[in-house]
Amino acid sequence: MPDAVTDVVTGQPDAGWRRPDRRLLVLRRSTVWGLVALPGVVVAAALGVLAGPAEAVAALLLAGSLTGLLLVGVQRRWAAWGYLEREDDLVVRRGVLIRRTTVVPYGRMQFVDVTAGPLDRRLGIATVTLHTAAPATDAFVPGLLADEATRLRDKLAALGEARQAGV
Amino acid sequence: MTAPPAEDRAPTTATDPPWERLHPLTPLLRGGRLVVLGLVVVGQQGLRDPSALGTPMLVLLALGVPLAALVGYVSWRRMRYRVTATELQVESGVLTRRSRRVPLARVQAVDVVRPFYARVLGAAELRLEVVGGGDAEAPLAFLGDDEALRLRTRLLDLSSGRVAGGEGEEGQALPAPEPERVLVVVPTAPLVWSVLLGPPLVALAVTVAATLVAALISVQAVLPLLAGALPILLGVASMAARRLLSEYGFTVAESPDGLRLRHGLLDTRSQTIPAGRIQTVRVLEPLLWRRFGWVRVEVDVAGYGGGSQEQAATGALLPVAPRALADQLVARVLDGPLPTGRSAPPPRARWRAPLTVRRLGVVLDDRHLVTTSGVLTTTTDVVPLSKVQSLRVTQGPWQRRWRLASLHADTAGRRLVGGVAAHRDADDAAALLAEVTRRARAARRR
Repeated sequence: MPDAVTDVVTGQPDAGWRRPDRRLLVLRRSTVWGLVALPGVVVAAALGVLAGPAEAVAALLLAGSLTGLLLVGVQRRWAAWGYLEREDDLVVRRGVLIRRTTVVPYGRMQFVDVTAGPLDRRLGIATVTLHTAAPATDAFVPGLLADEATRLRDKLAALGEARQAGV
Repeated sequence: MTAPPAEDRAPTTATDPPWERLHPLTPLLRGGRLVVLGLVVVGQQGLRDPSALGTPMLVLLALGVPLAALVGYVSWRRMRYRVTATELQVESGVLTRRSRRVPLARVQAVDVVRPFYARVLGAAELRLEVVGGGDAEAPLAFLGDDEALRLRTRLLDLSSGRVAGGEGEEGQALPAPEPERVLVVVPTAPLVWSVLLGPPLVALAVTVAATLVAALISVQAVLPLLAGALPILLGVASMAARRLLSEYGFTVAESPDGLRLRHGLLDTRSQTIPAGRIQTVRVLEPLLWRRFGWVRVEVDVAGYGGGSQEQAATGALLPVAPRALADQLVARVLDGPLPTGRSAPPPRARWRAPLTVRRLGVVLDDRHLVTTSGVLTTTTDVVPLSKVQSLRVTQGPWQRRWRLASLHADTAGRRLVGGVAAHRDADDAAALLAEVTRRARAARRR
């Protein structure tokens, strides 16, 4: 879903934007189920025993609607992620509520990080983070398959070295 | 004072120069404050009650002074440095040895700092600002005055690649400091006024007003109010005094090494910023200065600030100057005229930034991005396009409601992190992003 900003950046809509893998969405969704829906059901059950059926139903409705909202939010956030490798720079876009588009010239990259938490590793995904000399740069892409993360890291490192400009 | 003789015990290859020592009075200078403090304490005790200067005090003195002297001497003996063609090498430490290699190509600025007590003894501290170093990467404290200046010239020459280093004896390797041309000297009177026309005046006015109101309501309330206001007033006054002491006699000069800033009344500091190291320039125009037409100019290089307070307090390129002079100087240090005029955000931006919208603006040319903002203090940020590290367009929900977006140009400065063209029309912001990206690429290759 290219918005106005990214359209102008690329000069053409959908010019090869890549996305995080679907496994990231699976991970985010299971986090919502595990941390919101499941506790909601437990609380509802406890209320049903301790207070009464009306309270249990209310708790279920609350947990259900919250879960629904979060699932939609997670889906949209996942869909908003995108990165584009251009000739001279990497463009990363993200965010639903606050939309951000970041352009990082390859020559400005100081180092590249690939990180993966325990859940990420189980799913075989990783986050690639680009660091420049500017503290404000916030370019990172989560949910890349291990191979893609490695490829991106190596490509960025190679291009960064080839085009390194002094600070 | 001359530099102590080089240590011949050190392993040196044929090309590397010999190791050198710091100023022999370094232990005294470093421990100087402690010594003074100790003397004051002892002196006070002695004045109040001479009998207290009995055996315990003497024992303390007899043990403490030689011990401190020994530690100071050993750490001085262990600290040594040398400059090769590509690096500054520093070795130090008594129990934990530390060996540091600072690549000279990464040097962003060199400061010669002279605390008051060091000035008295003709000594100075040399600080190197390096990319990625939160604190000064390699403070050499203390060197003899002449040695500090010679070393500064040498380091700056090597870091800019103007002199191929490494060969020759010390005498040839360290050329005499080159002459500099003074561009601006800030007179004392405007400096004092400019400092007073800020927090001190506001704090005083608020206190007087509050006292008057309190006096009208109840006379008894006046004294507690003043007692409460006193610490705040003192705090404001001490900040103002510190600023005055630090920025007194501010001199901007141009030397072959780069831009040189000298300032300070008691503790003096001489900063040298080689050409092309400035990441961001900020021009500030506080409300109270407006009728005098004064502005303050700050600069940032990669590596400055972020460390000790001492560094965070500096950063001025001009503490106070008329607008025209400031603009001239900024154009000079950024190597080229700045673009004039500015493009304002669409009128609907007032729904997002009602107070600042009148001041928001951006203008771009082939070399610079200039953005303005600010409510009480008008702030202008100048970002050289060749220093842009990344570009961002952000759009919050309320901005989206009004089809606005902000463009951020990030630089490697620590306090001044770049410029923001805030609350542009969303399509404008996107176009600006594409345009700045293109021009920054061209500027990098130039």
